[in-house]
Amino acid sequence: MNLLNDPIHFIAQWLQGLLTGWGLSLVLAKVILALISITVTILFAMALAIFLVWVERKVVARFQDRIGPNRIGPYGLFQPLADIIKLIGKEDITPALADKFVYNLAPVLALASVILLWAILPLAPNIYGVDLNVAVLYLVAAGALGTLSIIMAGWASNNKYALLGAFRTVANMISYEIPMVLVLLIPTLLAGTMSVKGITEAQSPTWFFFLSPLGALIFLISAVAELGRSPFDLSEAESEIVAGFHIEYTGMKFGLFYAGELLHAFTFGGFTAVLFFGGYRFFGLENLGPLVAAAIFLVKAMFGYWIIMWIKYTMPRIRIDHMLAFNWKFLTPLALTVLMVTAVMEKLLAGTSPWIYSLGLFLANLAIALATIEILHAFGKWQRKTEASTKPALQAGQYYEEQNP
Amino acid sequence: MQNGWLYIGLFLIVGIIVPILPLLFSRLVAPRKPNSIKQSTYECGIKTVGDSWVQFKAPYYVFALVFLVFDVEAVLLFPWALMLKRLPLFVALEGILFILILVAGLVYAWRKGMLEWL
Repeated sequence: MNLLNDPIHFIAQWLQGLLTGWGLSLVLAKVILALISITVTILFAMALAIFLVWVERKVVARFQDRIGPNRIGPYGLFQPLADIIKLIGKEDITPALADKFVYNLAPVLALASVILLWAILPLAPNIYGVDLNVAVLYLVAAGALGTLSIIMAGWASNNKYALLGAFRTVANMISYEIPMVLVLLIPTLLAGTMSVKGITEAQSPTWFFFLSPLGALIFLISAVAELGRSPFDLSEAESEIVAGFHIEYTGMKFGLFYAGELLHAFTFGGFTAVLFFGGYRFFGLENLGPLVAAAIFLVKAMFGYWIIMWIKYTMPRIRIDHMLAFNWKFLTPLALTVLMVTAVMEKLLAGTSPWIYSLGLFLANLAIALATIEILHAFGKWQRKTEASTKPALQAGQYYEEQNP
Repeated sequence: MQNGWLYIGLFLIVGIIVPILPLLFSRLVAPRKPNSIKQSTYECGIKTVGDSWVQFKAPYYVFALVFLVFDVEAVLLFPWALMLKRLPLFVALEGILFILILVAGLVYAWRKGMLEWL
């Protein structure tokens, strides 16, 4: 273990030796080391959030055929700094009769729930916060904390419309947690472990994306809905219903919600990369050094974030009853089917060579996708037929109400 | 710190303190001139009528119930998925039977109209 291959552990050992040499007990030295590591991770995550504001604004501008911020700093790179200075300087207006403690806690908790996820994200074989052996379950739990903060924000704002917006957003988010948790079972099943580092290591011959493309797709859709981003953001549509649950938040509190949402999107891009696209692995390149592996991981996470942004800026918003119907009537049965078929195929093809294993699982997923499309096709045809038989045809120039006066 | 939960606990504490720092800084720098118009509830310019903490519709509660059932199912499926690689085919079929019982529940909820946003 030297500085190049294993920098974190090397520095940790040196610091621990230093601190115990000064007379501190071992437990206290470990706690101080943990605090240093935590602070570095959190500062990295916050710096990344600030950088992502710039990325977001430039990318949305390009999607809308314009340039985006380019005045402040080269290529507009210091724009997020200007945004932060502006937000810090704004007056903090708390509505009268708002529930002060809950009102102030909500944005803090929203950002904290995202930062908590950075404890388990492995950037390289030796750079990670902690290797929990229940990391997948921890992912679901920390995500649920963000949902709680939205209800807190809506409730404490003393505003009917914030409350309704918060209810709708939370109904949306908890509904989409079900396919997400069900699809998270698929990498757990294929790798035999819940730890994200174990799942990354288990993607040796093939990435889990090729073993279960439907699983990756359902995870992506559920993650986009979980984040409350477009096209699933009816309750906090920035341009329509004035901002939903964060109507009454000004200044830096709103900034925390916004930065939390962007960082959450990037973190889920990172988790898609880890769970389905091989994490920091890339045909053995990660053994060259921790910085190369971290760079590979960040590129994959940025690719996931790019796809999430692409979906956001291309598709129109979906109505809330369509959103919920899509989840309960399509995604949940599909996720359950993919899980069942993957379990059976995994047991049937257990001992065969990796090529046949991968091909078998991939073809099973393809079969499910084709069957789903056929079912939807037949359902659409049946629906059109029943509608055509119950509604008489219109004459030219007639409205529906005129037919039955 | 054998299995890392002390790290997670410290992470939670530091993770709550770090977002509070910009808020404290903002409290030093930003102006504070509250008046009753600024602090009134926002409703697109109209005066609010009635209580803010309104009653909510029943479908929210129904969706939360259905979510609860499926969330508990998913959590109970975690040990099954974890151990599936090491156990024979029969175990996979047992897990599938469990899932099918809950799919029957989903179909019941669908037919009863519980999944409509009314």
